[in-house]
Amino acid sequence: MIKRATFNHKTLPYLLLAPQIAVTIIFFFWPSGQAIWQSLLLEDSFGGNSRFVWFRNFERLFEDPTYGHAFWNTAVFSFLVAGIGLALSLLLAVMADRTIRGSTGYKTFLVWPYAVAPAVAGVLFGFMFNPRVGILAYSLNAIGIEWNHQLNGNQAMILVVAAACWNQISYNFLFFLAGLQSIPKSLIEAAAIDGAGPGRRFWTVIFPLLSPTGFFLLVVNTIYALLGTFGIIDSLTKGGPGKDTEILVFKVYNDGFRGQDFGGSAAQSVILIAIIVAFTFIQFRFIERKVHY
Amino acid sequence: MVENRPWLTVMAHAILIMGLLLIAFPVWMTFVASTHDAETMLRSPVPLLPGTKMLDNYYTVLFEGFGQASRMPQWRIMMNSLIMALGVCIGKIAISIIAAYAVTYFRFPFRMTFFWMIFVTLMLPVEVRIVPTYGVVAALGMLDSYSGLILPLIASATATFLFRQFFLSVPEELAEAARVDGAGPLRFFWNILLPMSRTSIAALFVIQFIYGWNQYLWPLLITTKEEFYTIVMTASRQANVVDGVPQWNLIMTAGMLAMLPPVLIVVFMQRQFVRGLVDADK
Repeated sequence: MIKRATFNHKTLPYLLLAPQIAVTIIFFFWPSGQAIWQSLLLEDSFGGNSRFVWFRNFERLFEDPTYGHAFWNTAVFSFLVAGIGLALSLLLAVMADRTIRGSTGYKTFLVWPYAVAPAVAGVLFGFMFNPRVGILAYSLNAIGIEWNHQLNGNQAMILVVAAACWNQISYNFLFFLAGLQSIPKSLIEAAAIDGAGPGRRFWTVIFPLLSPTGFFLLVVNTIYALLGTFGIIDSLTKGGPGKDTEILVFKVYNDGFRGQDFGGSAAQSVILIAIIVAFTFIQFRFIERKVHY
Repeated sequence: MVENRPWLTVMAHAILIMGLLLIAFPVWMTFVASTHDAETMLRSPVPLLPGTKMLDNYYTVLFEGFGQASRMPQWRIMMNSLIMALGVCIGKIAISIIAAYAVTYFRFPFRMTFFWMIFVTLMLPVEVRIVPTYGVVAALGMLDSYSGLILPLIASATATFLFRQFFLSVPEELAEAARVDGAGPLRFFWNILLPMSRTSIAALFVIQFIYGWNQYLWPLLITTKEEFYTIVMTASRQANVVDGVPQWNLIMTAGMLAMLPPVLIVVFMQRQFVRGLVDADK
C-alpha cells in the first residue's frame, strides 16, 4: 500500500493532498451530510420553516404508491438493460473473437457509441421513433404495430431500454472481448481435441471462464441503469407517459426540483445511496472471491 | 480458431455486420436528417439518404442559432462544453496525481484517513446527491459560472486510484536512486514520475474528457443563463420543445455537433481510450 522508499517531509504531503481533500469535503461530504440531515426534516411548502421529523419522510415514501411504482420501474428497467445489453454484446464479442483478422476492425466500429452522451442518445432514439416523422415508428406502423411511446407506457419502456442498451453496448463489448482474448487457447484446443464442437466449447469452457468478467459487467450495468441513464429518460420520456418510465434517480430529481419536496427527495437520495453502496459492496466482497474456476 | 468451418466464419461476419448496421443506424439517420431542409423532415417517411442542405444547416446552427430553447449561435455553446470538458479532465488529473503521489510516497499521520475519505467518493456519483450538491453550489454563489460547472465534478476518486495503482508498480529503485542522487520529493515527482505517467495521463484524459463533455443533469440544474449552456443540454432541450413545428433538420444538426467531438476522440485515440476504460473501472 505504500512505497518502501519514502520521502520524509513534514508539510508537503498535506499540501499535495489539500486540493483533492478540499474538493471532496466541499462537494462530497458537505452535500452528503446535508442529504442525510434533510431527509429527517419536513419543510412546509412555503419554504423557510422546517421541522425535525425523524423518519417521517421515509415512512411517507413507503406509503406513497408512486414510490413503489418507481421502484418497480427501476427493477424492470435495470433487469432489461443489463440482460439485453450483456447478451447482445457477448454475442458480438464471441463473434469478433472468432474472426481472427477482423476483430480489430470491428472493434473500431463498435466502440464509439460509448462517446455519445446519454441525453444525445435519447434525442437520436426519440427522432427515430417519433410517432409523426420517425422512420422506425413509420416502419412499425406499416407492419401493423401502432407505435406511440408518448401514449403507451410499455412502448416508452421498450424505447428507453433500447436507447440505454445501445449507449452501453461498446463498453460491454470491449470488456467481453478482452475477457475472451485472455482465455488460454490451449484450453479451447484441448476441448476441441476431445471432440467438443463450438457450441459445447462455448458453454462448458469459455462461458465459465468468462464469468468473472460477466459478473463485473453485471454490477457495472446495473449501476449504469440505476444512475447513468438519467439523460436518456429525461430527453426521451421525462418519466412519462404518466409515471410509467419514472425510475428512482429521475424521481429524486423530479420531486426535489420540480416538486420542491426537499425532505422527500433527500430521503430518496439516502435510499438510492444505500442501494449503490450495497451493489459496490457486493462487487468488492462477493464476486471477486466466489467466481473462480 | 481451432477448426476450419467456413460457414461458421461466414455466420460470424454476418452477425457482426448486422450488429454494426444496427449500432450505426441511429447516427446515420441523424446525419441524414442534418442534410435536408425542414419541410422534407416533416413528411413521413423521412429520406434514408443524405440531401443537399448540409452546409446550410450546419451554418445556421453554428453561427445563427435556432429554436426556442437556445437562440445563441451554437459554436459558443460548444465552447462552453469544451471549457467544461477540459476543466473537468485537467482538474481531475491535476488534483488526483498529486494526491496519489502523497499517499504512495510519503509516510505521515492520518495517511489512511485521507485515503478512505477519497475512497468513499467512489461510491456516490453526483446524480444521487444532486439536490444537496445544488444547495451547496448555490450557497457558494457558483450558479451560472464555469467554476460551478466544473468544480463539483472533479471530486472523484477514480483518477486518484488509477495513479496510485500506477505508482505502486513503479520500481522502488527509482525513488532510492533519486534520493541517493540528492533529488528532493518535488524534483523526483517532476523529473521522473510525471514523465513516466504519460500513458496513464493520456488514457485518463480521453475518458474524463468524454465524461465532462457528456454531462447533462449538472449543467441543466445550475445554469439559467444561456451563456453557460452546454451543447449536450441544448441538443436535448431543442428536441423537447413542445409547441411549434419542430425543425428536425436543425435539431439533428445540433445532435451531430454534440456527439462529434467525443466520438472523434474515441476513434482517433482508441488505444488510450480502451486502456483508460479498462484501468478506470478496475
